[in-house]
Amino acid sequence: MFGGIDPALLIASLMVASVPIILAAIGELVVERAGVLNLGVEGMMIMGAVCGFIVSVQSGSAVLGFVGGALGGAAMALIFGLLTQFMLANQVASGLALTLFGLGLSSLMGQSFVGIRPPSTGAVPLGPLADIPFFGRVLFSHDWVVYASIASVAATWWVLKATRTGLILRAVGESHDAAHALGYKVRRIRMLAILFGGAMAGLGGAYISMVRVPQWTDGITSGAGWIALAIVVFAAWRPWRALIGAYLFGGISVLQLNLQAAGARIPVEYLSMSPYVITILVLVIMSSGKGKAALSAPANLGQNFHASR
Amino acid sequence: MTRPDLLRVEGVTKAYPGVVANSDVSFAIAEGEIHALLGENGAGKSTLVKMIYGLVKPDSGRMTLRGTAYTPAEPRAARASGVAMVFQHFSLFEALNVAENVALGMENPPPMKELASKIRSVSEEYGLPLDPGRMVGDLSAGERQRVEIVRCLLQDPKLLIMDEPTSVLTPQEVEILFRTLRQLSAEGTAILYISHKLEEIRALCDEATILRRGKVVATCTPRDRSAREMAELMIGATLTPPERAGGTKGATALEVVDLSVASPIPFGTSLKNVSFTVAKGEVLGIAGVAGNGQDELLLALSGEVRAAQGAVKIDGKGVGHTGPNDRRALGLVAAPEERLGHAAAPDMSLVENALLSGALRKGLTKNGFIDWAATEAFAAEIVKDFDVRTPGTHVAARALSGGNLQKFVVGRELSQTPTVIVINQPTWGVDAAAAASIRQAILDRAAGGAAVVVISQDLDELLEIADSFAALNEGRLTTPRPVAGLTIDEIGLMMGGAHGMEVAHHGH
Repeated sequence: MFGGIDPALLIASLMVASVPIILAAIGELVVERAGVLNLGVEGMMIMGAVCGFIVSVQSGSAVLGFVGGALGGAAMALIFGLLTQFMLANQVASGLALTLFGLGLSSLMGQSFVGIRPPSTGAVPLGPLADIPFFGRVLFSHDWVVYASIASVAATWWVLKATRTGLILRAVGESHDAAHALGYKVRRIRMLAILFGGAMAGLGGAYISMVRVPQWTDGITSGAGWIALAIVVFAAWRPWRALIGAYLFGGISVLQLNLQAAGARIPVEYLSMSPYVITILVLVIMSSGKGKAALSAPANLGQNFHASR
Repeated sequence: MTRPDLLRVEGVTKAYPGVVANSDVSFAIAEGEIHALLGENGAGKSTLVKMIYGLVKPDSGRMTLRGTAYTPAEPRAARASGVAMVFQHFSLFEALNVAENVALGMENPPPMKELASKIRSVSEEYGLPLDPGRMVGDLSAGERQRVEIVRCLLQDPKLLIMDEPTSVLTPQEVEILFRTLRQLSAEGTAILYISHKLEEIRALCDEATILRRGKVVATCTPRDRSAREMAELMIGATLTPPERAGGTKGATALEVVDLSVASPIPFGTSLKNVSFTVAKGEVLGIAGVAGNGQDELLLALSGEVRAAQGAVKIDGKGVGHTGPNDRRALGLVAAPEERLGHAAAPDMSLVENALLSGALRKGLTKNGFIDWAATEAFAAEIVKDFDVRTPGTHVAARALSGGNLQKFVVGRELSQTPTVIVINQPTWGVDAAAAASIRQAILDRAAGGAAVVVISQDLDELLEIADSFAALNEGRLTTPRPVAGLTIDEIGLMMGGAHGMEVAHHGH
């Protein structure tokens, strides 16, 4: 019905395609809710990609590879955190520098790993569930990271909404001065959020190099980090909306690839740009309306905190 | 009095680089006592209470609470010992609701539902009704303060510290607050009350400790002293109130007709049908509790927010649609409340800041090039005329103290031979002597024929310098009335009375 494109396969592959962006976006969402703007998502993702790839190839274990990817992303985030939270460097400049640094360093580290296949990450054996027609293919035949990414959205939503940890995190992002006056450790809370964001971006990156592609090439993340950043903003800092944004992007990516393969009479350039354009467009429309986006942004986003007063 | 001491502070000293905030400060508060801490801006009141609340560690000296050593390492420890604080600049989160804000100030808050019902019952018991589900950004200043007070009360404090609590309240709201505080005091809670409003302290407090330049200069029983005596203790000199020449009103210089603009500020207040006129030589004082449209009114008059052409008229010419420079060319100057970042660029020098608003009227640019010699002369003239204490005109605006920078930005506007002056909070955070000189300068310009609009939250200031008086309440302006003959009750009603809080204390 879609010109020979199987809808079950399409949905199943869009879920896979969206995983890196969901993970990175959820991490960045938490960071920004704590009032920190880390533009280095792309750099953290690609470092996660290369670290995950190297660890998994060397150890032969995909799970260890993901751990390595998370640690690689977190290590990059640690640099960003030290720069911005302790040395009070400008967050925008530090984040951009982190991306450039990550792209360069990952390319250096990955040089001797080009052309190798990483150990595979198999589907979770869900037994009879996977045999259900349509839904079995769509929902129950994925690897564990797909389920983990959706669980991370649910967990983040619940923590932010219903727990004291989430309340404190939001409070720090809303007004660091007030949080400090009440005795909360603004710097420590923000550092933890930054590390979490780095680890999530690293996981997302590792998923690209270990499952999506799966091999190492330079610049493998190809802008997924930037899309994750945009999704956080246009999702108005809400986890479920970020999931919708990521699925939209993943869906259009998969669809346009299928259309290219099916030989659609649209120039390839337009098809290739369509995921970026349509995702941004839809999210802009969703978040527009009178000053809504401005109100849902954490009030102290991107502002450095210094406890002098 | 036989009440035992609750908190003793002995010989506490705290120095910051370049300034001794507290030097050998000692005083004591008894259980259930309402104790005033009195002093000018910069006298060291805030540092002292921050030490009691554990936000700042003293360099030397000791504190005892109920006879045992008291050294709170952080606010959490202070709260655990029964010390609670209501902040001057509210420590609230606008995008969170009342219950969430309260929960953030507690060590072990109960589940949200239970907390909400507790907030309801405690707030009603003390005559401060609150809806736990409302967003704090939507509350009035008085209601926000209640959130802070209720947050403290839920923890059963032994000592409640209140930092300038009445600066954001209408006179009626102040009455309600005082009743609450007296009720607390009767129940045995001691209150440390920080203020520089002397009549309030005379009405409320049992004892007072007066600070000047970080030292205790006197202790007294406020009821036995006159406000003037305490003021002189506080300032350490006698004050000369500003003189006003018997003004002659001229033709209308500024006319505002049915001005309505949406607020550009998140959680701001939109202006609704504001109308008034100011004649040459007249000072119009506009009162109102913070957040009732003062910032928006200044923006609309200065031209930063534009309106319909006929909504703002200077000398009969409609300028509502024009920007700040066009209005400045016609003689309207404006000084906003926020000094750093609005009135002045923090990291630019005083010379550069003088240029930013003075270029047009003082002719400081020629063919697009800056005449630095003239600009420096202009900056130096402001520094000299307004007694700005600074090492020179080359220093960054950020380096000046609040009071000195205020003198500079007000001076910069007043030195441009304006015909219409709009000032928001001319003496906010300025010591009494500097405030008097700023007010005198404003009156001098009015005597020279300028039309002046002063927006302020300080009623005493407005009554001192204004000829006519109006109040902003939720973005609406009352009809201006002559100051002569106004009573404080009438003013309170113009400011919105108690914002529907009158019934709060019935049944006690």
